[in-house]
Amino acid sequence: MGAKYFGAAVKRREDPRFLRGEARYVDDVKLSGMLHAAFLRSPHAHARIASINADAARAMPGVVRVFTFRDLERWMKPLPLFGAPPPGLAAAIRFEIRQAAQHALVRDRARYVGEIVAMVVADSRYRAEDAVDRIDVEWEPLTPVVDMRAAAQPASPLVHEDWGSNLAIGFTHGIGDVDRAFAAADVVMRETFLIQRYVGMPLEGRGVVAAWDRRDGSLTTWNSTQVSHFVQQGLTLALDLPPHKIRVIAPDLGGGFGTKASGYPEDTLVPIASVVLGRPVKWVEDRREHMMGAAHARHQIHEIELAARRDGTIVGLRDRIWLDLGAYNVWGVVLPYNTVAHLIGPHRIRNMRVDVQAVVTHKTPNAPYRGAGRPETVFAMDRAVDCLARQLGLDAADIRRKNYIRADEMPFDFGMPYRDGNPLVYDTGDFPAALEAALNAAGYAELRRDQKRLRDAGVYRGIGLSGYVEGTAIGPFEGVTVKVDLAGHVTVATGAVNSGQGHETSFAQVAADALGVPIDWVTVIGGDTAAVPFGVGTFASRSAVTAGSSIVDAAAQVKEKLVRAAASLLEAAPADVDIDDGQALVRGAPGSAIPLAKVVQASIPTFAKPGVASPDFEASAYHHVPTVTYASAVHLAHVEVDVGTGHVRLLRYVVAHDCGKVINPTIVEGQVHGGVAQGVGGALFEEMVYDDQGQLLTGTLMDYLVPTAAELPPIETVHLEYPSPRNPLGVKGLGEGGAISPPAAIANAIEDALSPFGVRIRETPVSPSRLLALIDSARSSP
Amino acid sequence: MKPPPFEYVDPRTVDDVVAALHQHGDDAKVLAGGQSLMPMLNMRLARPAVVIDINRVTELDHLEEENGVLRVGALARQRALERWAAGRVPLIAAALRLVGHVAIRNRGTVVGSLTHADPAAELPALFVCLDGVARVRGSAGVRDVRAADLFVGPLTTSLGSDELMIETRWPLPRAGAGWGFHEVARRHGDFALVGVLALVTLAAGRIHDVRISIFGAGPTPARARAAEQRLAGAAPGAALARDAAALAGEGLTPDADLHASAAYRKSVARTLTERALTDAFARVKEDRG
Repeated sequence: MGAKYFGAAVKRREDPRFLRGEARYVDDVKLSGMLHAAFLRSPHAHARIASINADAARAMPGVVRVFTFRDLERWMKPLPLFGAPPPGLAAAIRFEIRQAAQHALVRDRARYVGEIVAMVVADSRYRAEDAVDRIDVEWEPLTPVVDMRAAAQPASPLVHEDWGSNLAIGFTHGIGDVDRAFAAADVVMRETFLIQRYVGMPLEGRGVVAAWDRRDGSLTTWNSTQVSHFVQQGLTLALDLPPHKIRVIAPDLGGGFGTKASGYPEDTLVPIASVVLGRPVKWVEDRREHMMGAAHARHQIHEIELAARRDGTIVGLRDRIWLDLGAYNVWGVVLPYNTVAHLIGPHRIRNMRVDVQAVVTHKTPNAPYRGAGRPETVFAMDRAVDCLARQLGLDAADIRRKNYIRADEMPFDFGMPYRDGNPLVYDTGDFPAALEAALNAAGYAELRRDQKRLRDAGVYRGIGLSGYVEGTAIGPFEGVTVKVDLAGHVTVATGAVNSGQGHETSFAQVAADALGVPIDWVTVIGGDTAAVPFGVGTFASRSAVTAGSSIVDAAAQVKEKLVRAAASLLEAAPADVDIDDGQALVRGAPGSAIPLAKVVQASIPTFAKPGVASPDFEASAYHHVPTVTYASAVHLAHVEVDVGTGHVRLLRYVVAHDCGKVINPTIVEGQVHGGVAQGVGGALFEEMVYDDQGQLLTGTLMDYLVPTAAELPPIETVHLEYPSPRNPLGVKGLGEGGAISPPAAIANAIEDALSPFGVRIRETPVSPSRLLALIDSARSSP
Repeated sequence: MKPPPFEYVDPRTVDDVVAALHQHGDDAKVLAGGQSLMPMLNMRLARPAVVIDINRVTELDHLEEENGVLRVGALARQRALERWAAGRVPLIAAALRLVGHVAIRNRGTVVGSLTHADPAAELPALFVCLDGVARVRGSAGVRDVRAADLFVGPLTTSLGSDELMIETRWPLPRAGAGWGFHEVARRHGDFALVGVLALVTLAAGRIHDVRISIFGAGPTPARARAAEQRLAGAAPGAALARDAAALAGEGLTPDADLHASAAYRKSVARTLTERALTDAFARVKEDRG
């Protein structure tokens, strides 16, 4: 296979329609006779419903139906749960797991502000919302538990009474002999770090349109989801229909970030309304709903300890970790175990013990968001490493040089399982090289010299480092169907949904190379369950690896079929026939070239004769990946702190990263930039804040601060390519990486800038108010 | 996020607006640029029975300078003021650049921001700094309200429920006046955590007229009178800026919110006052009348 397109900076083919405002989002789906849903959401974090009276709402103009739990009781099946430990993981670690299934509508007890209590369907969204206002609920408020450590206490109010506690996931895990390592260490560094609750916040919120077709008993639903096959699966249970009667289409998405990879009540409520009413129903989430109804994320506490030798060699690691999952443990061991599996990162640490408690609280349920446990755990680790360096009087780069696993130690086996149950063994990478690449790109030595000089002038600048190793592209597969049409052009359909990653470009690059056709001949379809029978979806930095590999497999099968047909037509042996630039030809005989269209056409039977081959130029593939591939990066942040106001200015940001073979450098850089932007949000701006009654205080984008272009520094990207042996393309996952390290790198940079004061950053976001308080208290203590 | 039902009227003259306000009183809300009202309607936080849209009252859409006073009508957009000020009055231009974003300033009106009276907004603080005067029409007739008497609390002005602010008059800084403007916001375009505007004139080497307006640090934007008194008649210098800034915190009663503590606002008000004065001192030129 010739690599004409792989590795080239092909312009994103999907961009023109987005730039021209011609993208088709869920809200652009308008069907004849369509009704509109609006939801009554719980105003209480924890309350019992004594009674609901919807009579006034039902009498409102334009209202077609009001549904409470009682009205839909026969449809109310538990929503899907995920994240059971696979056998390899369950065999190695004893998890205590509790999962309670949420119903799409609250039956009698609301467990977070925003949980859905009733659905109104009306002839317009305006009238539906007016009617929601008129539903009268008699609430009996109960005491909520909001703080994660309070939730872990025995006397805490319970989120799910039958559990007897709020512990959703509990486990301990160790490698090596941590106690001996700590006993033999020269120094021990202990610190507690808090990573706040912050979220994906896609520009386009969620949305569902559902159309029930009574004629054949089938449902078509458009859903702004990253996982259309999961939504289909959920609906087969909820509606008791076989999959082929349910078509889920993810149209153009305005971002996903994991927020749209969770299962939601609205995914089934809107289709149920359509089935019951026999009319199409639309619901498009507004921002107010999104803040409380779409999944939250992050939110961990780490009590971390590092044991080290005086020269900075880290010999042991202990971490006591709390995770706040919100009201429902939807994702099982995913977040807790991701946190553990990525704690050590690029460091050569052979002795570790972790004690993990993931608790439920009366807040919006959490789900994986770009990084999914990794930004939190990397924050704890890289902050701890910097604190240790300061304690030992070592430079932040030097302590990492000493501890990073070298390329000659690869593959590196930790003797513990990854989340997929397979051994956690780093495949390829060169972490010290990434470190040096980031330092060189930034001009580290010069930055250090400037830092000294500027400090004398009252200017406080700092440099911060953070490195991660990320298990990417969790399996087990992604579905792909490749088809060639009568013109010789190609459709690639996949379960992977494009929510901005550039699939229509990078997948076309892979397919065009694999088939030997011009890229313009390839159309990529993602997220339509009718286009590919089995699929998984886009999350966990998985699509380039999983869908990419399946494209290679399926395209190879199709190419073989085309070659056989062409060989028959050209009267040559198949082994002598190749396809290049959309033409079939006998190798070494350019004059023999015939267009692919002719090969396809010659394969179609005519009245006179059968075709030269079966025109079945189509294949599906479900490439199985053995386990994850390990992408890695070192991030460097350069910041300036105004010590009079606590304001932090980001001066520069450098990312030296390895995502294996780069399919398209433009797309890779865009992914890195987007991830860094969200990481900057976590470092300095974004926080979902609740009061002690579980009321969400950040209910709008005036309170929940997403950084804009004005807040972002120039971002420089260095590509280091260490191909993975675990897939045919040599690629690794990339989607999440950018978001993992910024909170750690930026906090490290701030602390470095303020080292004359001895400020210690223990939590994010580092707001000016928080930072000035730290500076003032450091100044006033001796 | 759709507004609840309301009655909509779109009068063409100020008389008709005033009549509508007189008729509906507290049940009515005036819609101009809509940058605050529309989100509040959509979130159903504001539920007026009547929305009076003044966008077609063309007599209110004016902005002109006369004898050192800028007159800004109730329909003049923030962007129009920003454009007018560019290259003419750097203090106004600097403050306007931080009012939301361009898209917001294209719709948002100057008078709308004053009427909304957000204590952390730039325009009310600028109005206070420049000793502006608001001309108000109500069913009882026309009256003028000085900036110092206009803002009475967070999101509250001294206007009656049947009154419309039809025009504002902004006395422009004298040639040679030194100015300083500093604010801290979480992001570009956000409401300030704290901000300070300073304006200084110099006569015979001494500070003649000085105004310091602090916003985001109390229920309304406010002049730092104690600091101003310390400055009046003194010769500008770094030590003086520091001394005056120390007094600037006096009398401030900031609130804490999600984004900053009260102590932060008080402390940074002093820091920014010193910076604003330092800039003003560096920019001021002898007033030659």
